[in-house]
Amino acid sequence: MPEPAVTVPESSSVEAQVPKKQAGPVFRIARGPVRWADERLGVAALVRPYFRKVFPDHWSFLLGEIALYSFIVLLLSGVFLCIWFKPSMAEVEYEGSYQLLHGLPMSEAFASTLALSFDIRGGLLLRQMHHWAAMLFVAAMLAHSLRIFFTGAFRKPREINWLLGVGLLALGIFEGFFGYSLPDDLLSGTGMRFFDGAVRATPVIGTWVEFFVFAGQFPGDLIIPRLYFLHILLIPALILALVAAHLALVFYHKHTQFPGPGRTEDSVVGYPVFPVYAAKAGGFFFIVFGVLTLMGALMQINPVWVVGPYNPAQVSAGSQPDWYMGFAEGAIRIMPGPGWEWHIGSTTWSWNVFIPLALPMTLLFVGMALYPFIEQWVTGDRSEHHLLDRPRNNPTRTGLGVAAMTWYAVLWAGGGNDLIATQFDVSLNAVTWVLRVAVFVAPIVAFLITKRVCIGLQRSDHDRLLHGAETGVIERDPSGRYSERHRPISVGEQYALTQQSEEYALLPAGDGDGEYRDRQLRLEQLRRRATRFYFVDTLHKPTRAELEEAAAHHHHGAGHEIGAGHGDGHGNGHGEDGAVIPGTESEHLAP
Amino acid sequence: MRFLSSRRRHPAAKVALLLFALFVLGGLYNVVAPAERVSADNGYSQQQVDEGRKLFAVGCASCHGLNGEGQTTDTIQGPSLIGVGAAAVDFQVSTGRMPMSRPGEQAPVKPNRYSDEEIAALAAYVASLGPGPAIPTETEYNPENLSEEDLARGGELFRTNCSACHNFQGAGGALPDGRYAPSLIGLDSKRLYLAMLTGPQQMPVFSDEVLTPEDKRVIIGYLNELHERPQDGGLALGGIGPVSEGLWAWIVGMGLLVLFAVWITAKGAKAK
Amino acid sequence: MSEEDRDTGASPLLASHDHHGPELTDHDPAHYPVPDPGHPEHLPRLTDVDPKAADRATRQVAFFFGMVPLLAIGFAVVYFAVPGDWFFDFGPLRANARNLGLGVTFGLSLLFIGIGAVQWARTLMSDEEMVDLRHGATSKPEDQQWMLTELDKTVEESKLTRRKIIGRTLLAALGFVFVPMLVGLADLGPWPTKKKRAETIEKTLWAEGVRLVNDVTFAPIKADDIEIGQLVNGEPENLQDLHGAEFQIEKAKAAIVVVRMDPNTIQIPASREDWQVGGILCYSKICTHVGCPISLWEQQTHHLLCPCHQSTFDLGNSGVVIFGPAARSLPQLPITTDAEGYLVARSDFTVPVGPSYFERDSRQDYEEGDN
Repeated sequence: MPEPAVTVPESSSVEAQVPKKQAGPVFRIARGPVRWADERLGVAALVRPYFRKVFPDHWSFLLGEIALYSFIVLLLSGVFLCIWFKPSMAEVEYEGSYQLLHGLPMSEAFASTLALSFDIRGGLLLRQMHHWAAMLFVAAMLAHSLRIFFTGAFRKPREINWLLGVGLLALGIFEGFFGYSLPDDLLSGTGMRFFDGAVRATPVIGTWVEFFVFAGQFPGDLIIPRLYFLHILLIPALILALVAAHLALVFYHKHTQFPGPGRTEDSVVGYPVFPVYAAKAGGFFFIVFGVLTLMGALMQINPVWVVGPYNPAQVSAGSQPDWYMGFAEGAIRIMPGPGWEWHIGSTTWSWNVFIPLALPMTLLFVGMALYPFIEQWVTGDRSEHHLLDRPRNNPTRTGLGVAAMTWYAVLWAGGGNDLIATQFDVSLNAVTWVLRVAVFVAPIVAFLITKRVCIGLQRSDHDRLLHGAETGVIERDPSGRYSERHRPISVGEQYALTQQSEEYALLPAGDGDGEYRDRQLRLEQLRRRATRFYFVDTLHKPTRAELEEAAAHHHHGAGHEIGAGHGDGHGNGHGEDGAVIPGTESEHLAP
Repeated sequence: MRFLSSRRRHPAAKVALLLFALFVLGGLYNVVAPAERVSADNGYSQQQVDEGRKLFAVGCASCHGLNGEGQTTDTIQGPSLIGVGAAAVDFQVSTGRMPMSRPGEQAPVKPNRYSDEEIAALAAYVASLGPGPAIPTETEYNPENLSEEDLARGGELFRTNCSACHNFQGAGGALPDGRYAPSLIGLDSKRLYLAMLTGPQQMPVFSDEVLTPEDKRVIIGYLNELHERPQDGGLALGGIGPVSEGLWAWIVGMGLLVLFAVWITAKGAKAK
Repeated sequence: MSEEDRDTGASPLLASHDHHGPELTDHDPAHYPVPDPGHPEHLPRLTDVDPKAADRATRQVAFFFGMVPLLAIGFAVVYFAVPGDWFFDFGPLRANARNLGLGVTFGLSLLFIGIGAVQWARTLMSDEEMVDLRHGATSKPEDQQWMLTELDKTVEESKLTRRKIIGRTLLAALGFVFVPMLVGLADLGPWPTKKKRAETIEKTLWAEGVRLVNDVTFAPIKADDIEIGQLVNGEPENLQDLHGAEFQIEKAKAAIVVVRMDPNTIQIPASREDWQVGGILCYSKICTHVGCPISLWEQQTHHLLCPCHQSTFDLGNSGVVIFGPAARSLPQLPITTDAEGYLVARSDFTVPVGPSYFERDSRQDYEEGDN
């Protein structure tokens, strides 16, 4: 039996728990089977590094779990649906219990979906749970990836995990698109028609891809069965594989954590897997499952019986894809048409369709995938990072993230431009024009505003460090001058506010900067310009000298040193993780 | 007779003959021509037509002209009402669309200020201007006693002809330049019929010869059934499709779960 | 550094900046001005000090867990006892009672397990935080060294470096073995050669003499039955002979809209004078953008709006695009009337209908100002 890689030596604060002789029923019952398994699998050795692994606690660390648990719900509910769904486009006459479609010709796929909704008990519940879980799966992945981005958790050694995540996001979006197209209803069928037209319009290879995907002309009779195998077999298998790798890496690298007292780059502080984390995470699984079930019970989603079976000559106003395809839908709506299709000789180059189809998705996924490497190239930082950044401490990264979100949001809004027009009583054409401009202008504006906000927040942190927290108590000194009393912050908070790693803007490379050949030199100059773009405005932590000087300045020469248990002795009751270390007398300002 | 024939070369003879011929023809026409152009179904009386003319002059003529001939200026777009028929008047006035409170892209529904008698009078007057669609009888628009197949067919007709503007639920949809196709939810059968028949404002006309009265009836039956039926899956969330579903997924789904996440990881009160 | 800079903390530009090596960062005072005060003291929770509070918490957890069997049985009761046509009517919620009952019982049972478990962890389980040490992600130097040495030995033993042709031919073999797999996919669909395209996407059911019929009812349409401002959603009469996939495929190309406008208010180019009948024009219903069916017609502006992406066509001007992402005008079907006054087609569409594709010859499509 090969030795498992040991990633954690004997943890200094964790002692192996040997079950006592007078253990309760759990141990008595479990001992036999566990020993049986161990004699065949070496369970104890396998499990040892992970059994008491420590996981830090923060609500934003649970976003990825929402995605994971939604995926499990999708698997379970999907199995149920598979038992009754018929992935066939053969035409049948509806004989089920929904009277408003009685006798109409429709595909078997649609008819079996109606059967699930009306004739199989619990079928509608499972259908709705499945669809809500899909929405939440992608939403949680997006929220989770935003958390990772803004806290810099994609930095070394976690770049591969980030790439796995981008892959999962892309797979999830397509999985959902294929999934809701399976019932072959009017709404999703219209989406399939869009897909067909968009694929067909691809320059050079369009008709070939279209004919290969649809086995001929649209709609044909093979697209639903093909989407079916993609949806229940191929893509879930890929997702499972990526999720397994993703989780394995989280275990191997250990989870990141926010800065705070007692936390360093070398340690991870939190609760052990058994029992606390298992109870919280396991409990959260049931909570997610329960919330999804309640949503399936109380909130109607995708009522295919109202929309009707797919008919290429029918359409509904307000036809949109599910929310996660909204940004692609928006791109294709706000793209102008006339003039953006080239007719060269007997060929047609449909840039008006190809650009909005290919560009936003490519930009999003490739941009996301490359970002960690771009940032690493810019900063030249090759050290490992396990402490999370507060978004304000990297204003340019945060600004870029918000700019990307704004760009995404403008496209997303574009996907619903007709609903914006009706709900807010404005002209559809005006909305489209505004969005056409906003998609370029709004991200830039968002970047500038966000960056300034971050720098402002950094400044307020700086103030807290040097001058203490504002108490809101105004004093007037004998000379008539007003000032606000400040109270020094706890050491724990000081420590937390000064833990981030910092980057610096660099001057252009000069003669004394080492040997660079021509192309290397240009690259290096570009990199240095990028560091200036990133970091020239960023505030930097005060040095120890500055902190001490400020403290001295405050205490009118009382001579207290930073770090020597600097508290104000009044029980500042922060409730934060930094408990004040009492015991130091301070000649502080009276309350 | 000698009196007339001896004056046959009188200078006034031709004129007199002409006038006589005109009188004869005019009189003949009056005898054989139908009485006032009123709809055969409703049988408007002359009194109604007169009453309607007065109401028209007050409430409609400023845009549509004193004789319903219509006018188009920079600000006023009052199409001609000659030939729109009683049906159009009933629809437009009873839903409050007409008279429009101000010129604009859309004639929205608003509270109706005319009584049923006044509407009938206006309808009578406009119907007298030129032949047009008549107000349907109740048997034509009342969708009682329709079989399941009929209702299903109504659904197919609805999704082929109507849902492109009014959406699959009949919840309405956007048109260019700030116009919209209104919601059909809660609309009564007669008004649905009238709208299809007369093609109000930007809505196209669906004449009885192409979309027969029976076709219209099954569409109305389908809509009534659809709107009466409870929402099987739960709260309808607006009935406008994936956009509202996505919104609620984020607000309710992610919102609730994030709240739970905050609770799970909260440090909680300490004893000291 | 100026006074201002010092106050705001802005740093000057550096000539260079050394980063720490691949090891984890250390804590030098220049970068970490405040030393670690250490893990904060662990404060007990109410349930740790007060046995009554702990008992209350225990009861809470037990309550949540205890409710689950009841809810699960409730699920079974609803499943078997509630018929499918009952509806639950309360305020804005008018829903199928069985679906609601099943979902609420099952959902709450799951939720309560979760809430119970979390409450147990939060109030009763030990909340002492533990500290675990990290190690860099790189392997230990001795492992790396071992790997490199063994790798060298492996290559040496395989004799690959001395007989290079083995390596080269192996790469070629592995590269080419995928060719059969790719070739095997060539029957995914028919090949859209020029001939195939002419038979499929460039042809519709329309031909000379084919009658226009109303969609769904398949009733033929007389020219006189159409009023000004009317829209008819139509199909070719021979569509009803088809079924299944063929029916859908042909419908997706042959669907039409017929509109009647006052001839004085529209522009009819000279080449299309005989494509219309007294102001009755017939257009393809399939949008030239990505193929959604369009029937959102405004009878006064003569504009046809596609609900998918808002492409707008002017049917009073031979279907040119006036707004939106479509780039080509809507194809018009030449029509006339037959001896009995019914509308019939004069021929098939003169251009391929529907979305563009690379090989499409778009020079015949109508453009603004054409004659």
